[in-house]
Amino acid sequence: MGKSIVTIGGGIAGIEASGILAELGYAVSVIEKEPDFGGKLKNWDHLFPNMRKAEEIEDYLSRKGKTPGITLFPNTTIASFENIKSGFVLKSNHGVSYSAHAVIVATGFEVFSAERKEEYGYKIYDNVITSADLEKRLKSGTPLTTLAGKTPQRIAFIHCVGSRDAKVGNTYCSKVCCVTGVKQAIEVNKLLPATQIFNFYMDLRMHGLEHEEIYKTAQEKHNIQFIRGRLSEVSENIDHSLLIKAEDTLSGRPLKMNVDLVVLLVGMEPGVGTTAIGKACNIEFNQYGYLKIPDVHLAGNLTSRKGIFVAGSCSCPMSVKDTIEHARSAAFEVHRYLIEN
Amino acid sequence: MNKLLPEIFIWPFIIGLAYFSIIVLYRFVRWTLGLSKIDKIRIWKGLRSRKTLDSAIEAFREGLLHRKIFRTNPVLGYMHMSLAFGWFLLIVFGHFEAVAYKGSLSFPVYLPIFFRFFVDGIETYPFMHFFASLMDLLLLFVLSGVSLAYYKRFNKKLFGMKKATRLKSGDRIALTALWLIFPLRLLAESFSAGQLKNGGIITQPLGNLFSLFVPLELTTPVTWLAYSFALGFFFVSLPNSRYMHIPAEVFFIFLRNYSVRLKKRVNTYSLVQVFSCSRCGICLDTCQLNLANIHTQSVYVLKNIRNKNLTDEVLFNCLLCGKCQQVCPVGIELIDLRITQRIESTLQYNSSYSYLAGGEVKQADVVYFAGCMTHLTPSIKKSMLQIFAYSGVDYWFMDEHKAPCCGRPLMQAGQYDAAAVLIENNQQKILASGAKKLVVSCPICYKVFIEDYNLPDIKVQHHSEYLFELMQMGSLPKRLTSEKSIYHDPCELGRGSGIYDKPRKLLSNYTSLIPIMNEKEKSLCCGGSLSNIKIQMSERDIITNNALDEYLQYSPDSLITSCPLCKKTFARGNKIMVKDISEVVAASIVQKNKSNACADKKVLEQAL
Ligand code: SF4
Ligand code: SF4
Ligand code: SF4
Repeated sequence: MGKSIVTIGGGIAGIEASGILAELGYAVSVIEKEPDFGGKLKNWDHLFPNMRKAEEIEDYLSRKGKTPGITLFPNTTIASFENIKSGFVLKSNHGVSYSAHAVIVATGFEVFSAERKEEYGYKIYDNVITSADLEKRLKSGTPLTTLAGKTPQRIAFIHCVGSRDAKVGNTYCSKVCCVTGVKQAIEVNKLLPATQIFNFYMDLRMHGLEHEEIYKTAQEKHNIQFIRGRLSEVSENIDHSLLIKAEDTLSGRPLKMNVDLVVLLVGMEPGVGTTAIGKACNIEFNQYGYLKIPDVHLAGNLTSRKGIFVAGSCSCPMSVKDTIEHARSAAFEVHRYLIEN
Repeated sequence: MNKLLPEIFIWPFIIGLAYFSIIVLYRFVRWTLGLSKIDKIRIWKGLRSRKTLDSAIEAFREGLLHRKIFRTNPVLGYMHMSLAFGWFLLIVFGHFEAVAYKGSLSFPVYLPIFFRFFVDGIETYPFMHFFASLMDLLLLFVLSGVSLAYYKRFNKKLFGMKKATRLKSGDRIALTALWLIFPLRLLAESFSAGQLKNGGIITQPLGNLFSLFVPLELTTPVTWLAYSFALGFFFVSLPNSRYMHIPAEVFFIFLRNYSVRLKKRVNTYSLVQVFSCSRCGICLDTCQLNLANIHTQSVYVLKNIRNKNLTDEVLFNCLLCGKCQQVCPVGIELIDLRITQRIESTLQYNSSYSYLAGGEVKQADVVYFAGCMTHLTPSIKKSMLQIFAYSGVDYWFMDEHKAPCCGRPLMQAGQYDAAAVLIENNQQKILASGAKKLVVSCPICYKVFIEDYNLPDIKVQHHSEYLFELMQMGSLPKRLTSEKSIYHDPCELGRGSGIYDKPRKLLSNYTSLIPIMNEKEKSLCCGGSLSNIKIQMSERDIITNNALDEYLQYSPDSLITSCPLCKKTFARGNKIMVKDISEVVAASIVQKNKSNACADKKVLEQAL
C-alpha cells in the first residue's frame, strides 16, 4: 500500500493503534519523548478489575511494538508540523522529517499535580502521598511505612483530588480514581491487615461490570470504611501524623481524624505534551483542555482537522481497558480514511 | 424698554433659585440632624477651628478647580474646571460689576445675572469696558467647557474613558438646561449689545452683526426669557439630579474635615457621600469586574442607593478591592459605604457560637493568628512556624487546632452582629495571653484586627511587617538568589492598609523585584476576593488570568505575594510559581539546615 502514518506518543494507545495499522501493512513511525515506550503503565503495579500485573500488558505492548512496519523513535519530540498536499510533514527535534498520510495523536494524560491542592499538604507534610506514589511503592515491594519508618495505624484515601473541583479548575470526573482507590485500599489491607483504612469520597463511581463487586468486597472482606464527605484540610501534628478535617455529609457533622498516612487519589489532566501538539497541529481543544472530538457518539477518534486522529486519554480520562479499545477504533478510522483518500 | 417685561422674565430664575435654596438648605439641616451626637459635637467644635478655613480652601480646590480630576485626566479636569470655576467667576465678577454700577452693595439678586439687559451702553460706571470684556472672556471660558461636555457625550475616548454613566430623566433635564444656559446667555447678551451698545469684545461685534438681519426688538426679550427659563429649570431639577453633587460635595468636605466618620450603620453621613458622587465615571474604568462584563461598580451602587432601587445582586457583586476608592476624586469611602449597605440589607444570622466558649489560652510574648485561608495554604503556616522556631520567639499559635474565624468575612458579607460575637471571643483570649504583639498571616484578618478589635497595648502586625522587623533586628538569615520576582500587593494589605514598602524591603534581601506598571496603589486584584458572593467561578478566572497575563509579560521566575488567598487564587491559574513572602524567608532557613533536609530526602527516596 505504501502509505505512511505518524503516531505521536508511544504509550498504550499509541503502540496499540500503531501495531494494528502495521499489521494492516502501513508504515508507522511512533514518536516518543521518553527513552522508553509504554507510557505510564510502567509505574503501575496491579490493574483493576482483575488485579492482573501491569507487566502483562507491558509485555503485550512491547511485542506489539515489534510488529514489522513499525519504527520506534524514542527521545523524540515534534518541532514543527506542516501541511502538504498528500498529508503532513513533521520535523523532529533531531532534525529528521517524517511525512505522513495520516497522523494519530496519542499524547495521553498527566496526573494532577497535588501541590496545587495546597490545603491537602502534598510535598509540605511528610506523610501525604498520591495514588501514583503509592502504586510505585507497592510495585517496589518495600514495606509500606511512614517517612519515619513506622507502620501506619490508620490510612486515609482521599477521592477526587484535582477532579470535580472548580477550585482547581477541573470540573470533570476522572473516572478511574474511584476504583483505583478501592483497589489500592484492598491491596494495602492485604499487606497491613491491622491498619485501619478510610476512604473519603463524594460519591463512588463504580461503573463497569465487576467494580461494584470490588467495592462490596472492600467493605465486607477488607474492613475498609467509606466516609462520604469532602476533605477540607490536612494539618500536621508534632509527631508528623496528620489531622484531617472533613464534613461527614451522611451524618451532617464536621469530622476530625488523626491518621498516619494520607493517600490522595489524583485525577487526570491533559498533559503539556497534548497541549503543545494540539497547538502545533492547529486542532481544537474542548473546554477542559483535552482534544476535541467532533461527535461524542459517532466520531470519537476524529479531530477538528481531516487526517489527524486521536487515540487514548488525550481526548478524555480513560482506564487502560478503555484506552486499548479507543486505540483500536482509532486504527480502524485511520484505515478507512486512507482507503477512501 | 418695556418696564413690565423685566419683572416677568426674571421669575423663572427667581423661583428656581428659591426652590433650589430651600431644598438644599433643608437637606443640609436634615443631614446634620441625622448625625450621631458625637459627630454633632465634632462639627460644633470644628466650626470655630482652623478646619473651617481648610475646608473652604479644599472646597474651592476640589469643587471648583477639580484638582484631582485634573491629575487623573487633564481634558476631563479642564471640562469640569471651566464649567464650575468659570461659572463661579462669572457670578463673582457679575457682582463686582453690579456694585460698580450701583455704587452700593444693595441691588436685587437678579441684577448681576441679567445685567446687560438692564444697563444701557450710554450709562457710565467705573471700569465699564473692562467689565464688559472680562465677562465676555469668562463666558467664552465656560462655553469651552460646555462644548467639551457636548463632545464627551459623543466621544468618550478623548477623555480616556471607556464607559460613560447612564442617565435618568431628572439628570437629562438638568443636563439639557445646563447645556443651554451659556449659549443662550451669549445670544441674549449679543442681542442686547446690538440694541444697547453695551457689549464687550465678543458680544459687541456679534451684536452688530446680528443687528443687520435679526429683528432684535423681538429676539432680545425672548432670548433673555429663554435664558431665565434655562436657569430656572436647572435649579429646579438640580436637587433631583446628579448635579446635587455640587452642594453635597462642599458639605461633605466640611464634615470630613470636622472628623465625622462612617459607622457600621447607614446614617446621613452615608447619604452625604452618596449625594456627593458626581458620576464622573472614573471609578468605572478602573474596575476589573469590567473584564468579566459585570456592571455593579461603585457609581451604580451610589446611584441605586439614591434612587432606592439597590438590589443584592449589585451590592454583593464586588471584590471590595478598593481600586475605585483609590481613584475617586471626591474621596468617597466607597468600600465602607458598600459594607454598611450590606450590613443594612442582610438579615442578621441567628447562629449560635456556643462552641467558642472555653478553649485554652497560652501565655506568650507573641500571639500568632494564621487565619482560615492560611490553614488552606499550609506552606505559609509551616514557614511561619519555622521562622518562629529559628528566631526563638515565645509565641502562642492561637488558631492551631480550634480555629475561630477573625470575623472579617462575616463583616464583608454584612453580618455585623455575628462578626461581633466572634470578635468579642477572640479579643478576650488575645488579651488574656498577656502578649504584646499579634502577628497575623492573612491581610483579610489583619484589617479586622486593626479596625474592629479593641486591643489596647497590643501591636497588631501582618507577617510581612513582622518579618521585616525581625530582619532589621538581625534575627533572620539573608540570602540573595538570582531569582527575579514580581511582588503582588494584596488589596487588603496594600490599598486596604497602606503597607507597600516593608514587604518590598524585606524581599530585596532574597530576590530581585521587577518593577511593574500596576503596583502599589494601582495593583490589580487577584480575583479571589471573599467579599464577592455573587460572582461566578468563570468570571473570577477571567480576572485572575488577566492579572497573571500582565505579570507574565515581565517574565518573572516567581510571583510573590503576602496573602494566602492571593496565593491560592494565582496558583489556581497554574501559570507561574506563586509563593508567599514567608516562604521566601523560610527557604533561606531551610537552606541552612540543608544537611538535615538531605537526610529526609533519602528516607523518602528509599521509601518510594
Ligand atoms: S472516579 Fe471517583 S475519585 Fe475519581 S473523580 Fe470520579 S468520583 Fe472522584
Ligand atoms: S464614586 Fe467617585 S469616581 Fe465613581 S463616579 Fe462617583 S465621584 Fe466619580
Ligand atoms: S471595590 Fe473593586 S470590584 Fe468593587 S466596584 Fe470598586 S473597583 Fe470594582
